[in-house]
Amino acid sequence: MFKIVDARFLAENIKKFEIEAPRIAKKRKAGQFVIIRIDEYGERIPLTIADSNVEKGTITIIVQGVGKTTKELNMKEAGDSILDVVGPLGQPSHIENFGTAVSIGGGVGTAIAYPTAVALKEAGNYVITINGARSKDLVILEDEMKSVSDEAYITTDDGSYGFHGFVTQKLQQLIDEGKKLDFVLAIGPIPMMKAVADVTRPYGIKTVVSLNPIMIDGTGMCGGCRVLINGKPKFACVDGPEFDAHAVDFKNLADRNRTYREYEQEALKRFEEHCRLEKQIKEMKEEK
Amino acid sequence: MSKLTPKERLKIPRHPMIEQDPMERSHNFNEVNLGYTAQLAMAEADRCLQCPKPTCVEGCPVHIQIKDFIGLIAEGDFLGAVKKIKEDNALPAICGRVCPQEEQCEESCVVAKRGEPVAIGHLERFVADYERNSGKIEIPEVKKSNGKKVAIVGSGPAGLSCAKDLCAKGYDVTVFEALHELGGVLVYGIPEFRLPKDIVRTEIDGLKKMGVKFQTDTIIGRLYTIDELFEEEGFDAVFLGVGAGLPWFLGIEGENLDGVYSANEFLTRVNLMKAYKFPEYDSPILDLHGKNVAVFGGGNTAMDAVRTALRLGAKNAYIIYRRSEKEMPARVEEVKHAKEEGVQFMLLTNPVRLIGDDEGWLKAVELIKMELGEPDASGRRRPIPIEGSNFTMDMDVAIVAIGNGPNPLIMKTTPEIEVSKRNTIVVDPETMKTSKKGVFAGGDIVTGGATVILAMGAGRKAAAAIDEYIQTGKW
Ligand SMILES: Cc1cc2nc3c(=O)[nH]c(=O)nc-3n(C[C@H](O)[C@H](O)[C@H](O)COP(=O)(O)OP(=O)(O)OC[C@H]3O[C@@H](n4cnc5c(N)ncnc54)[C@H](O)[C@@H]3O)c2cc1C
Ligand code: SF4
Ligand code: FES
Repeated sequence: MFKIVDARFLAENIKKFEIEAPRIAKKRKAGQFVIIRIDEYGERIPLTIADSNVEKGTITIIVQGVGKTTKELNMKEAGDSILDVVGPLGQPSHIENFGTAVSIGGGVGTAIAYPTAVALKEAGNYVITINGARSKDLVILEDEMKSVSDEAYITTDDGSYGFHGFVTQKLQQLIDEGKKLDFVLAIGPIPMMKAVADVTRPYGIKTVVSLNPIMIDGTGMCGGCRVLINGKPKFACVDGPEFDAHAVDFKNLADRNRTYREYEQEALKRFEEHCRLEKQIKEMKEEK
Repeated sequence: MSKLTPKERLKIPRHPMIEQDPMERSHNFNEVNLGYTAQLAMAEADRCLQCPKPTCVEGCPVHIQIKDFIGLIAEGDFLGAVKKIKEDNALPAICGRVCPQEEQCEESCVVAKRGEPVAIGHLERFVADYERNSGKIEIPEVKKSNGKKVAIVGSGPAGLSCAKDLCAKGYDVTVFEALHELGGVLVYGIPEFRLPKDIVRTEIDGLKKMGVKFQTDTIIGRLYTIDELFEEEGFDAVFLGVGAGLPWFLGIEGENLDGVYSANEFLTRVNLMKAYKFPEYDSPILDLHGKNVAVFGGGNTAMDAVRTALRLGAKNAYIIYRRSEKEMPARVEEVKHAKEEGVQFMLLTNPVRLIGDDEGWLKAVELIKMELGEPDASGRRRPIPIEGSNFTMDMDVAIVAIGNGPNPLIMKTTPEIEVSKRNTIVVDPETMKTSKKGVFAGGDIVTGGATVILAMGAGRKAAAAIDEYIQTGKW
């Protein structure tokens, strides 16, 4: 059992948890992740370690509620526990002083990019961060990102805050302004990562993405997380999760990630129905 | 023992196992074999000639005293029989179910020369179950603590048996397991209908009662390196029983399509994550009702996958294997069961290409016919493609079950441990010592994918060597 010591929403549907896992806190490096299982009936899902505190013995994860498991997780509060947390998994981010490094985060991907942005800064890079959200109220980690950036940009799809447009448009703007970019890290939804790869490819800018295929064990045992890199299968849980963006087959990743879409929708529907009933029962009890 | 002459004994036909009806069992996950009754067991034991030179014992990788335990069964002393087995085999209820007896003890049984061998496996299984059901499982005596700590990495048969012996000798033993459940392949690979998980759990509970400590969710190499186990955690020796868990793929076009699984993923979803109970359990598996499912391979893993596919509703479930039935590495009983349940065997056939639709889902497989040529390094005749014999078949799901290699995780983080070209850990075959001081290894990580009994035997051998190493300090 792994105790949640702190839990708070950063934006609607996006929750930050601090979980007691002293050994993982001590060993983890930027870019690595954990696999969690909420309870006996739960599935195993990967979540990037956003931060850790060695003294407190905690790791931080940031969760966007999209499916049943993440929504159920986001109902947990400080004091609750998670049955299994295993990690740190995956290869740490490859960090060096590239020169000018751009960290791009889309949605909750911002949280995943954050630890690597910190490490890039510590390695002496001139760090530019571009963080995108659909609208102002979904912007997360703005202050944290600013504190590690030499230049920090926020983009919103609807223009309600920062730059009006997509992260790729901001990136293109920087390139057009003549900025020499040496390294780009992009983490977010698959279409966003693909779009970033398409922007940087003609300029030959080294670009890395963090992939999120479906996983089970996270140790290289099931092969379910295989992704095509230069047409060859690699296991994201042991060889990744970060890969050269220009070598990734994004269509294959997107296809494989929707394998269980129908099942996930069914599970979510059942879960929401269950929550609704529980709430009704609770209200009825309170009325009495 | 009843007074029968050898001639009379030889006349008794082998007693078949009682099984669930094939049509019924192909739709449920309950165990296929129901086991002998006491009466059947004693009658089968009467077939044993009590040979002065029991060749069966030589056929057994861990030299179980087969003649003696069968003699005890014939006398009705079932608990005595299981005790006798346990002198050499820590996991009889498991081995009685999954050992390839037909190429070990039973192949070497004298009676096999005249007809069918004594059903040694069924008898082993019977007495182990008898003991468990009687509630009189004997917890081995544990010597007073000697204050020395041993870390066991991996909770498969190799790790469990090593832990058991060392604990009995008075060591403070901790087993580290990467997954959330204990048992290795016994829980994530071999299905419930062949090896009920309760049996594995009972074994592990026994070890817990003895005082073995277990730590799940702990990947050695990630959470602790081997050096950290020695230096920070104070272990005196480490045993690596991490298995061969890295699935091989065919390396053909289309293997990343939706609907293509490794056998490990397919079986792990069903066995470990209980996806056959979706949505009660959260992990899904593709609904196979009305679907065509192809399994590539001819080993136990392939049989487990194809029979699981049937149980998940597959309309047609195929084994596609590039050699002939004779070369199949699977246990004979599994092949027989698979056939009875309606699995279709396409032998001397090999996949060439997996074909997808526009959306990336598997829709067909292209296959080629094979013929057998000269024997290869494994002694089996090499399959050769017959040019121009390609054909395609509609297929909804394909499962690749062509074997597993050793997982390189530990070796990557501990480069001092010598590995072979095949990525297996190199050990001294007598002591199971690796090239790193204080570190021993055994089971599939040393042999490559092999058997439960060999892993168990290796774990015990290592336990003896670890004891000697710690007591003498000599490496
Ligand atoms: C589907 C299937 C069916 C089989 N059927 C049969 C059969 O009928 N008869 C038979 O005799 N054999 C069978 N086998 C083979 C048999 O299961 C194996 O030979 C045996 O389990 C090997 O035991 P082991 O202890 O070496 O490893 P495993 O059982 O593989 O256990 C290794 C354990 O180590 C853990 N681990 C790995 N790396 C780490 C790490 N870094 N840190 C912590 N833990 C780690 C793994 O999670 C796993 O639990 C089958 C295998 C499969 C896959
Ligand atoms: S070889 Fe066969 S008949 Fe002889 S002792 Fe062994 S089991 Fe009995
Ligand atoms: S998650 Fe199973 S191999 Fe990567």
